[in-house]
Amino acid sequence: MAHIQVPDGLPGILGPMAISPESTKALRELVEVLLRGPNTLAPAEREMIATYVSSQNDCCFCQLSHGAAAAEHLGGHYELIDQLKLDYERTEISDKLKALLAIAGKVQKGGKHVTSEDVTRARHKGATDKEIHDTVLIAAAFCMFNRYVDGLGTWQPTDPEMYREMGKIIAKVGYVKPDWDKPVEAA
Amino acid sequence: MAHIRLPEGIPGILGPMAFSPETAKPLNALAEVLLRGPNTLTPAERELIATYVSSQNDCYFCQSAHGAVAAHHLGGNEKLVREMKLDFESAAISDKLKALLAIAGKVQKGGKQVKSDDIVRARQHGASDKEIHDTVLIAAAFCMYNRYVDGLATRAPDDPGLYRENGRRLAEEGYVNSTDALPVSGSR
Repeated sequence: MAHIQVPDGLPGILGPMAISPESTKALRELVEVLLRGPNTLAPAEREMIATYVSSQNDCCFCQLSHGAAAAEHLGGHYELIDQLKLDYERTEISDKLKALLAIAGKVQKGGKHVTSEDVTRARHKGATDKEIHDTVLIAAAFCMFNRYVDGLGTWQPTDPEMYREMGKIIAKVGYVKPDWDKPVEAA
Repeated sequence: MAHIRLPEGIPGILGPMAFSPETAKPLNALAEVLLRGPNTLTPAERELIATYVSSQNDCYFCQSAHGAVAAHHLGGNEKLVREMKLDFESAAISDKLKALLAIAGKVQKGGKQVKSDDIVRARQHGASDKEIHDTVLIAAAFCMYNRYVDGLATRAPDDPGLYRENGRRLAEEGYVNSTDALPVSGSR
């Protein structure tokens, strides 16, 4: 049971979002621009950064929902997402994305953990200042979303099918859609 | 020097916000609704939560900037803000705010650190579900802002007068248009 009263049948972040429409609007606009706005990083790459940080923060709902969104962007490549969470340095992703994930992992621990060596490595692999900026902000934002979800003790189902459906909707429609507060089928 | 090339002479979060106006917009909108929107918690109380979390995250810019906003809301009581950062349990604030700060401190460490005992304590001191929700979200949001500011190694001025003036402006005018006048970087 969640720490506060939220509507039944809304998993993860959707519960607290339903009781606070005014903050939800800003949160949805933020995640939409970060993960789906015009960018030289693909939506799949940005969802992978979000997934990795969420897994480092041990947030079940966020890593499964954003992992599903990343996999759906990649044509259903769920295995790659599992590998990335386990050991991204040995996963089949670009060297640039590996360097950005290293920065994201430092941000997860705390902003001051990011060193100029981390930034130099990303630049060597072709990352732009804007891509480094966005990686830091995505990682920071998921340190917020993860804490929002777990700090309120929300209901987090583990049914992979539910997350797959969610991932498809996110990849296709995005985060600013009109019917987001409808309850889902209970797992 | 910051990790990426930011517009010159702009302190703290304002540098990356000027660099990336498309993300600055929802970041400012979020700060406005969390810290200044209609709420049973006063703006001063919410700024104190933001300041406490920022100090626990050791983010100099954010704790100075929001500490100054809180102090302005409190008629210039900078001493109370300092005492609250040092030991909120013995600061001259309400028992409800102490219980909410305890929750915020748990959120700073990680969402799962918040226990039902923390919630029970806050309820016993009169906190509503919405106030607990907002405390968790404010604390979580400052775990983001603090990481954004420090993760890019932005420059933080140490002149208290500057934070005082900025605190007055933010307390009176809010966050929505706070970055409008900043120059946009040409180095992206």
